[in-house]
Amino acid sequence: MAVGAKPKISPKVYKPDYPIDWCPGCGDYGIISALQQALARMGVPRHQVAVFGGIGCSGKAQYYMNTYGIHTLHGRPVPFATGARLANPELYTIVVSGDGDSLGIGAGHFVAAGRRNVNLTYIMFNNEVYGLTKGQAAPTLPLGMRTKAMAAPNMQGAVNGLMLALATGYTWIGRGYAYDIRGLADLMVQAIQHPGLAFLDVIQPCPTYNDIHTKEWYAGKDIGRPRLYSLQEEGYDPVIPEGASQEVMNQKMLQFLQKAAEWDDRIPIGVFWDNHNISTFEDRIAERTPGYFENPPGRQPIADEDGTTLVDLTPVFEKLLMA
Amino acid sequence: MAKQTEELAWRVGGPQGSGVDTAAGIFQRACAIGGLHVFGRREYYSNIKGRHSYYDVRVAHHPLTTHRESVDLLTTFEPESLTRHAMAVVPGGAIIFNSKDANVAFSRLIYLENRIRADIEAYLDAKGLPKTTAGLLEDAKQRGVQVYSVPYDEITKELGKRLGVPKAIADRTLNTLAVAISAALLEFPKEYVIKGIEKTWPGRQKIIDMNIQAVELAYEYVRENLDTEHFQFRMDVEAEHPPRLLLNGNQAVALGKMAGGMTFQSYYPISPATDESFFLEANNTFPLRNGQQGNVVVVQTEDEISAIGMALGAALAGARAATATSGPGFALMTEMFSWAGANETPVVITIYQRGGPSTGMPTRTDQGDLLFAIRGGQGDFPRIVMASGSLEEAFYDAAQAFNYAERYQVPVVHLVDKAMSSYTQTVDVFDLSKVKIDRGALYKPGPDAEQSTKPYPRFQFTETGISPRPFLGQPGGTHWYTGVEHTVEGRVNEDPVIREMMMEKRCNKIQLAKKEIPTEEKFQVYGDPNASFTILTWGSNKGAILEAIERLKNDGIPARLLQVRILWPFPGEELIPYLETAKPSVLVEANYTGQMAQLLRQETTYDVDHLVVKYSGRPFSGESLYEVFKNIAAGKADQRIVVRNPME
Repeated sequence: MAVGAKPKISPKVYKPDYPIDWCPGCGDYGIISALQQALARMGVPRHQVAVFGGIGCSGKAQYYMNTYGIHTLHGRPVPFATGARLANPELYTIVVSGDGDSLGIGAGHFVAAGRRNVNLTYIMFNNEVYGLTKGQAAPTLPLGMRTKAMAAPNMQGAVNGLMLALATGYTWIGRGYAYDIRGLADLMVQAIQHPGLAFLDVIQPCPTYNDIHTKEWYAGKDIGRPRLYSLQEEGYDPVIPEGASQEVMNQKMLQFLQKAAEWDDRIPIGVFWDNHNISTFEDRIAERTPGYFENPPGRQPIADEDGTTLVDLTPVFEKLLMA
Repeated sequence: MAKQTEELAWRVGGPQGSGVDTAAGIFQRACAIGGLHVFGRREYYSNIKGRHSYYDVRVAHHPLTTHRESVDLLTTFEPESLTRHAMAVVPGGAIIFNSKDANVAFSRLIYLENRIRADIEAYLDAKGLPKTTAGLLEDAKQRGVQVYSVPYDEITKELGKRLGVPKAIADRTLNTLAVAISAALLEFPKEYVIKGIEKTWPGRQKIIDMNIQAVELAYEYVRENLDTEHFQFRMDVEAEHPPRLLLNGNQAVALGKMAGGMTFQSYYPISPATDESFFLEANNTFPLRNGQQGNVVVVQTEDEISAIGMALGAALAGARAATATSGPGFALMTEMFSWAGANETPVVITIYQRGGPSTGMPTRTDQGDLLFAIRGGQGDFPRIVMASGSLEEAFYDAAQAFNYAERYQVPVVHLVDKAMSSYTQTVDVFDLSKVKIDRGALYKPGPDAEQSTKPYPRFQFTETGISPRPFLGQPGGTHWYTGVEHTVEGRVNEDPVIREMMMEKRCNKIQLAKKEIPTEEKFQVYGDPNASFTILTWGSNKGAILEAIERLKNDGIPARLLQVRILWPFPGEELIPYLETAKPSVLVEANYTGQMAQLLRQETTYDVDHLVVKYSGRPFSGESLYEVFKNIAAGKADQRIVVRNPME
């Protein structure tokens, strides 16, 4: 499906008629606007979208989408989303999850998701702090850093979510910036369209608690030029060619790691990794379970009109029948 | 010449990984194909290779509901099994042992626990017998047990010669030899042993042929070398009989879930639950009666949290979804279990209870998770907890659990246990026309659903408290789910009035379930319904109790059994008339504190006269409970009775 820059339907259809209770100036506004624009550009009917959130400020994002919104538990949107998507493989299944949600309490699910490559869009809200509990260090806050809400500098190092995503098998990996709504919407369209698991790391200031990596810091007010730059504008090619040799893969991984490690003065955004050569989990199920796409778990008829089961277990009983 | 016997308790033991299960499988299949009723129980360590395991196979010309702790025919091929079980063999029975094990010092048995060794040594000491296998064999002879020394090495050497294969290859038939020697002693028709072998390795002709040769040789060996005159057991096949299924508890639950329309199961490996998911995955496609292909998607997850999370996600999208676990896994699931309660999301959790606390005894049975299932999870929310008492019940209950879950939009815990998971039994072929599907109140998109812009009131207040449920992806049904207190659309809301209304809506559903579910689904009465000797129980103990009360009846002591199948909501009011006329009341459960007894007191104010518990990790047998009940009937029993068998 070709997706233009113009919306096919109004982004407003995805906006529910409720007040938003994020702090003024929060990067989350940008993320949710970008998601609405991306879906509008793709023209996805809102009932075909299910947004799964965890706990925290990011975990409110699904309330600001007029779609199916599932507020799960801390660190747990991936299991819920995976089950829903496997039960209905036509569902646009979007995970909105914070840095603590994804790489702290939910890190096990983050890793396992990569191994499966279910067709989910995983948007990580990365502001380096736990906002809703008032500013503790998130797993993405660098070692030794002390935001204004912390009693002492951070004693634990940061997880590089991009590298972890690569190591665990995510097949599309990108990074965007919450205040660059247009650019973020472009990335979201690609992430949603990617046939497989897409991880979009969205860096965002937290105007309330993160007084170090602020909007001004990202804008490079202190160094006289923006810190953020576009990978694609610099000619970075994230696409893994079909049948890529080990040599090509090595080169692709090397450039990925170099870019994923960049921080401080130059911070890349854009698409880091785009690999269509790994089967999705849904395809793997279908291979082992003929009829899966025709009769996925959520739509399989199971009873006749009288309410009697439609299941015929004769062939299974055959194996256990002592005759 | 010995007469035909009505039933036989056969035991085979050996190190794990040596094929004890295979041997028991062949014997059970041979008997089941021959129309005999079979009941098997398996005891094993949490270990892959080397530790002792054993299998009791009881066969009879009548239906069986329990195993026996006493043994009529013991088959061993190494000294540890001989040592552990020789004393369990009854007079008139027999022990088959490997000739080279005739005189083995117990110090050589590295896995034999010091306590068991000390007990056996004390027993032999008291009789003035040597503290070796020779002493045990001598003791057996003195008790009227036949002991048959079988030179397995020579037999497999001969088999190797006949087949033209090295002895090491012929040694692989050791299990078959053990079964066939037993069968030959029983004068059980050889062709049924061969049928058992064919059913064990379907389509693998080379293995079948080799094992058939082993059977021939074993029968030959027994005929020529063993004196069977004083061995009192003989088993023949039934001339006419319906074909029956031979299956275990894990399989019964899996089949029930399939029959009940479950299309999604997520699980994390844990003993003793895993075999259920394995069976589902191995049988993941099946025909539907509408001509379509049905399937169940089985996903192995990264942990139990994900296992229930995926099941919930699938349930939201319209699947009948479940997970299977044990106590430790359920401990990890409780936060999401509570989420399911808050979000009125139907999901089924099968808990195969094992010994606790903590890791406890992963491969031993227990009923210590009843109150955990009823109380687990933060906050007040409705759930249904049910427990099956037999493999048939496990099948039909596994299907019915989804009806409860969807009708009341609650999480349902289906309690079984390790004993039941590994009980094997012959059962009549399950009748799928009896499996009814009730999906409860569902949202149906109208013709204008696609045009809708408003959120759907998923949690709307209704008279019953149950609101029609849309599936993710349905037009017109968009709304929110959340573990936070919420409005009818699923929006976060902390208004005290909405909060009260939501709590009432959810919690009142349990009253509805209590009212609607028929009494016969809540509990069953067995035995003499008018008897005052009243036994109460739940779960897998049922079979042992049924046999015990049958034997009591023969002694002129009428008794009745109340088997509670729905533990929450607890059918207290319906039980009170029975409790009023109970004299004595006896509650049997396999845990330390008497969890159902606590529940009974809480829900009825009644205390039972006798609490019969067992917490060794081994299940009750009919014969052990019969002794207990006899003592109770004679007025010779304490209030609390702990059933023990130090040699299980």
